[in-house]
Amino acid sequence: MTTVPSTVTVVRPGAAGAARRVRRSLTSRTASAVAIVIAVLWTTPTFGLFLSSLRPEDQIKGTGWWTFFSAPELTLENYREVLFSTSSSSGQMAGFLINSIVITVPSVLFPLAFAAFAAYALAWVPFRGRNWVYIGIFALQVVPLQMALVPLLSFFSEGVSVFGVQITPAWELEGPARFAQVWFAHTCFALPLGVFLLHNFMSELPGELMEAARVDGATHGVIFRRLVLPLVVPALATFGIFQFLWVWNDLLVGLIFAGGTSETAPMTVRLAQMAGTKGNEWQRLTAGAFVSVTVPLIVFLSMQRYFVRGLLAGSVKG
Amino acid sequence: MSLLSRPARAALVAGGMGLALVVTGCGSATPGTSTANGGAAADCAPFAQFGKHDGKKVSIYSPIRDVEADLFQQAWAPFEKCTGMKITYEGTGEFEAQIQVRSDGGNPPDLAFFPQPGLLERFARAGKIKSAPAEVKKLAERNWSPDWVKYGTVDGAFYAAPLGASVKSFVWYSPGMFKEKGWSVPTTWDELMKLSETIAAAGIKPWCAGIESGEATGWPATDWIEDVLLRELGPEGYDDWVAHEIPFNDPKVVAAVDKVGAILKNDKFVNGGYGPVKSIATTAFQEGGVPITEGRCALHRQASFYANFWPEGTEVAEDGDVFAFYLPGNDPAEKPVLGAGEFVAAFADRPEVQAVQAYLATGDFANARMKLATYVSANKGVDIANAQNPIDELSIKMLQDPDTVFRFDGSDLMPAAVGAGTFWKGMTDWINGKDTKTVLDFVESSWPTS
Amino acid sequence: MNLDFDLAAEQPKLVQLLLGVVAFCAVVAVLLLALDRAPMRQRARLHAAILLAPALILLAIGLVVPAARTTLLSFMSGDGTAWVGLDNYVWMFTQPEAVTVLRTTLIWVALVPVLVTAVGLLYAVLVDRTRFESLAKSLVFLPMAISFVGAGIIWKFVYAYRPEESDQIGLLNQIVVAFGGTPRQWLLEPPLNTLFLIAVMVWIQAGFATVVLSAAIKGIPAEIVEAARLDGASPVQMFFRVTLPSIRSAVLVVLVTQSIGTLKLFDIVRTMTGGQFDTSVIANEMYNQAFRYGETGKGAALAVFLFVLVTPIVVYQIRQRREAVR
Repeated sequence: MTTVPSTVTVVRPGAAGAARRVRRSLTSRTASAVAIVIAVLWTTPTFGLFLSSLRPEDQIKGTGWWTFFSAPELTLENYREVLFSTSSSSGQMAGFLINSIVITVPSVLFPLAFAAFAAYALAWVPFRGRNWVYIGIFALQVVPLQMALVPLLSFFSEGVSVFGVQITPAWELEGPARFAQVWFAHTCFALPLGVFLLHNFMSELPGELMEAARVDGATHGVIFRRLVLPLVVPALATFGIFQFLWVWNDLLVGLIFAGGTSETAPMTVRLAQMAGTKGNEWQRLTAGAFVSVTVPLIVFLSMQRYFVRGLLAGSVKG
Repeated sequence: MSLLSRPARAALVAGGMGLALVVTGCGSATPGTSTANGGAAADCAPFAQFGKHDGKKVSIYSPIRDVEADLFQQAWAPFEKCTGMKITYEGTGEFEAQIQVRSDGGNPPDLAFFPQPGLLERFARAGKIKSAPAEVKKLAERNWSPDWVKYGTVDGAFYAAPLGASVKSFVWYSPGMFKEKGWSVPTTWDELMKLSETIAAAGIKPWCAGIESGEATGWPATDWIEDVLLRELGPEGYDDWVAHEIPFNDPKVVAAVDKVGAILKNDKFVNGGYGPVKSIATTAFQEGGVPITEGRCALHRQASFYANFWPEGTEVAEDGDVFAFYLPGNDPAEKPVLGAGEFVAAFADRPEVQAVQAYLATGDFANARMKLATYVSANKGVDIANAQNPIDELSIKMLQDPDTVFRFDGSDLMPAAVGAGTFWKGMTDWINGKDTKTVLDFVESSWPTS
Repeated sequence: MNLDFDLAAEQPKLVQLLLGVVAFCAVVAVLLLALDRAPMRQRARLHAAILLAPALILLAIGLVVPAARTTLLSFMSGDGTAWVGLDNYVWMFTQPEAVTVLRTTLIWVALVPVLVTAVGLLYAVLVDRTRFESLAKSLVFLPMAISFVGAGIIWKFVYAYRPEESDQIGLLNQIVVAFGGTPRQWLLEPPLNTLFLIAVMVWIQAGFATVVLSAAIKGIPAEIVEAARLDGASPVQMFFRVTLPSIRSAVLVVLVTQSIGTLKLFDIVRTMTGGQFDTSVIANEMYNQAFRYGETGKGAALAVFLFVLVTPIVVYQIRQRREAVR
């Protein structure tokens, strides 16, 4: 399985090497077994869900999905129902899918940029109180999202006024413009983790590199763009993916700031509506859950190379 | 989460999709006409009284979603068309939490359908909702019994007219099974217990139940308790209990809960088709009564809306596959009814909002909605001929009968911390093995002090 | 059924998306421009201000103000009209129900970060440099892509219970039955049920740990690995002497983010048990109190307690920073 034994034999031939090889291949066999067990444990529940989503309603409720292997019977009915059933109260899934995309793209871009700027400043621009700012941002991670909903909502709908003086106006957004609220909210909530993660990787870039650039007279703008950004691409990709997954799977923020109509609500809101209304209609839930999983899966698989190659640059120093 | 709202939201499960298809079919088969019930666009005369509100918008926020939400929208489509306004409707699964967030955040809807008078009261006291205009008040007083009007009234001011309703005091059974075995419908509590013994002796667990309902888990058990308390304490005693003038752990309450426990915590009697007593806690309320259709259970206490949860093709009728009888008390002459419903409260007082409020309080709306699919309202203007099944019919008769003593679901009237919190949780723990006294002490201690 | 999809109706949304992206580019461009214009050397403060401004403004609006408001509310009554001093905190530590919630939360925080890191690390090491590495990692990462609600559905299925005499639909009970046991209601019995919920969290988050740690492992300089190998280190020795010390900072990142994520955990408990059967955690109870029960004060007190719980992590982070600066 691994390349380890072969390298070892090349380097250290002889009887001792042979014995070691035997032991190595044994451990590597146990290792593979353990890895396979974990992989199976981690995949089985999802696989069960997937199989269930293809089974007829009465079978889902009556028998376990593994009975499929003895009495296979599949249907696409559940998917048809979830994707194309028309309900004037909530519209079709396709519309919600678009909403999800419109919500997700800027909600990933903004935090990425702002967190990268802030992380750079905290890592490489020396100023007094830097540590405290960083720690403050770090600590904000724990503010429960739920407690921020009401103040943020009133910031949008009523603006800010102190002692009767209006400081910021109400946003008064209608229709698709309401997406801006969702972007704003997601960006706020993503920043603490984003700054924390990116700062972690940026601060581990070799200091000599920065110093050399500064001696050459490069401005922070240039260092950031030319030097730092290319090096932290993998870290940005990682945070980007997690932010993407978070926004895509988020229900609460979407529900509060986008509302529940097909005009702006993301797919999760629609799924929750179906799920809750139908109580234990497993067939819809299973298919619905799978529909919502496809996009993140595609994104993850296509971005995976960044993961594998990566964070490499970030953790060079380890 | 109200005891009505959950089921009401989830109603129409069995026939749901089929119905949606039919409705869509109707809609597309008659292009150009305003609604599925065939009203031509010219029929605007009945709506003249509500005025013209061209281009105006009214938003409604409600716990009722999905197919039922569509039916509402169909029912008021002619009204929209004739008055020229647009009603945007939003159903949510987390009404109780979301309405609070939205109103605190300064972004409330124009109208909201409150399923709990207790929650309505909280919003009214906080000055968040507007009191109803005189015209709506007049309509409400004409169309509903004083009991119902009272539930929409806070500190003497009338806020919200009722909308839909459900009757909770029903026990579902299979007429076929009863006939075959020679059992008869009991009319007193003793007969009910005797019948249970008989059924158990015949090798069938007589009762089945399910109280799992997501974060609202436990509510069907609280309904059980309330129904029995209403019979044990009488309507006035029940009111005192709801108002916390009788403590939650009063010996009389303990006795009533134990009376329910003789059924729900008796392994001989439950849980038909699902397993031991504890399986009640994990069985979804939607599936609670289904074993009756499989002959593995004989009795299931659940509200009128359960008519919608039977498996497809189950006939609901006195001589059909399933039917329901009134949950008897000690005295066959006393027949108090436990029920629930939702109320239309306004966060805005623009003319078009008040027009919608008024329209929803009319008998016309209730009838329009009833013609489309199963629906129950305590509105006296409802024409019983529009009832879609015999249980709806029976429920409406009970609600319209001036002699009926009606009481609202108690947990919807209590402070939410109890009525939508510890009471549900306590009853779930009770099913899961805790004893009556411990549970009631716990609920009592959680009652808000202020 | 009706498949017609009205693209015209979707257009305003796409325009809005375009606007959003344009706005993004504009903001970034303006910031970079400002950064370039600001004179170098003299005032680092100015540069820092430009770089930090967007993040700090957003954080102030979105998190700092709400945190302050929450702290104030925690000293007020349920409807936010009267000061009640420490009543809400007294309630939190005396009401048996609330104490159970605190205890359950501690179990979560004690177990989840460690388990997630352990599984993620083990798996990352095991699949490192194997032929199926990327497939293997994808499989474990898969649950990350599933929303908490979806995960709740999946695991409700796994734990589902049917009486002994009928077919099981839950995998776990099916396995128990296959080995001759009697099916159990896994989510009903405290404290075991909390462990079953924790399994779900670990299942979801292990992918995060695997991906981050695997990347860190790949970053270990090849020379170090080779040198250790030449010294004849066994795989276990390799792991403890070379791998683990080299990826220490990545392990910390995972531990810290998991601890915080676990403290805030809410969805799993809510979708799977609704907080019944002694499984409720702080975030869940906070949501119930503040929004469902209208007891804002109590909800806020629980939230403040969450801040307090994270203090050890913050303090640790401060120490780390001090060392790093030295």
